[in-house]
Amino acid sequence: MMEELLQQIAHCIEFGKTDKASPYPPDMKGLDGADELTKMALDKGVPPSDVLIRGLVVGMEKVGIKFRENKVFVPQVLMSAKAMNTAMQHLKPFFRSGEVKRKGTFIIGTVVGDLHDIGKNLVSMMVEGNGWEVIDLGIDVKAEKFIAAVKDHPGCIVGLSALLTTTMVNMESIVKQIHEQAPGTQIIIGGAPVTDEFRKKIGADFYSPDPQGAVEYLKQWIV
Amino acid sequence: MGKILEKLKILKVLASDGAWGTLLHAKGLKPGECPESWNIDHPAEIMDIAAQYINAGADMTETNSFGGNLFKLSHYGLEKKVTEINRRAAELSRNAAGTEKIVLGSVGPTGKILMMGEVSEKELYEAFKEQSIALASGGSDAIVVETMSDLDEARIAVRAAHENTSCEVICTMTFEKILTGEYRTMMGVSPAEMVPVMKEAGADIIGANCGNGIEGMIDIVREIRAVDRDIPVLVHANAGRPRYEDGKTVFPESPEEMASFVPSLISAGANIIGGCCGTTPEHIRLICEALKMLR
Repeated sequence: MMEELLQQIAHCIEFGKTDKASPYPPDMKGLDGADELTKMALDKGVPPSDVLIRGLVVGMEKVGIKFRENKVFVPQVLMSAKAMNTAMQHLKPFFRSGEVKRKGTFIIGTVVGDLHDIGKNLVSMMVEGNGWEVIDLGIDVKAEKFIAAVKDHPGCIVGLSALLTTTMVNMESIVKQIHEQAPGTQIIIGGAPVTDEFRKKIGADFYSPDPQGAVEYLKQWIV
Repeated sequence: MGKILEKLKILKVLASDGAWGTLLHAKGLKPGECPESWNIDHPAEIMDIAAQYINAGADMTETNSFGGNLFKLSHYGLEKKVTEINRRAAELSRNAAGTEKIVLGSVGPTGKILMMGEVSEKELYEAFKEQSIALASGGSDAIVVETMSDLDEARIAVRAAHENTSCEVICTMTFEKILTGEYRTMMGVSPAEMVPVMKEAGADIIGANCGNGIEGMIDIVREIRAVDRDIPVLVHANAGRPRYEDGKTVFPESPEEMASFVPSLISAGANIIGGCCGTTPEHIRLICEALKMLR
């Protein structure tokens, strides 16, 4: 029973079924979504940490892998993230009470000069859906803002995003300043024009062409 | 018939312009500065970019208005200046183009995602309507809706331009090669899927821009041609995938390299060729020379 419920939750996350009223995906019309099933699981006494790890995380991981393999595209991931967010609302009280622990803190932002947030949001949602606390600093974020957030959250990991060839160059000084002010901070970079060669040149710690790669890299840094 | 379609009838193939962002940064646009505000603050520099492309031989030049929609300008506190900034953008390119050459009013994506409920269809339509009308009033001959990845946003932008101006409407989306070797936008749209939707919305010319270089554009144009033999196709290609060298972004494709693909692109079915990120007036000059040989 409990196993089945967790699998159903994972399925709703994977296919982006938010709640019963949601018409998406069409083949799940009228069925319970992540919202109803998560509430039901918690009401029935399923431990909230199981709902997170064996429900939400499993579903997000599946969609993350399909996205990396080009089997789904941005819209499907966004719908999965929406379903995940809805389920996450039911888990919030357990995070606050400390009953469910997050894996760590991940700070993310699109670098100064760049107003694009789709890539950044995808990574943010995938990482959150994997059980991390995510602090999203938004778009057009200057080095000082990243540094202040890093100092507020010792041991956090930082993600930098850029979509434009003209703005990815701004990553270099941000990486340098974070490493100067908070030595040892892990910095992950990504975005359409970014490559691993670029990462090496600017001294960042990890590059992934897709959000799932970031999620997998983060596993070794779980607090 | 609009100015571009008329010219195409006579000349068969036309040359468009190259990158704007690349030249703006070379002229000193700072990180975090609004590119479109230069239409007001540095009009001579903007006119110079358009003039460089016209002098290189381009039949048309775009306007400095890619991010000139309400949503992008709001970020800089310029939401009240949408009309002024876009009209000025068109006037500056018109001045550089003279009466003969064509001005393409550039309309880029808003960055808002419809399916996530970040914006409504009506809000998008109104924003694109305001921008298109301003670009037309400043003297644009056509509106080019470009770098689109979402089918619905592109459709709404095309419709807003088509219904509210007498300009010809062009729509280009940005495709990347996926693991299967096919081309898709970030939102999963294929070139073949784009064609009927944009025609229905009122596009006169369709095509692709940005991406990872001119060679991939050949397959994209073939895919478009496989579903539509008649509609004119425009390609604005990047000078390859950018590399980072000594603190600067470098685009690998030289003017000679890009120009060498012009004959294959035309035989695949393209009608108008220009550049996107990383291309310069020299790229356009050589593309024009290659096109002249094919007329």
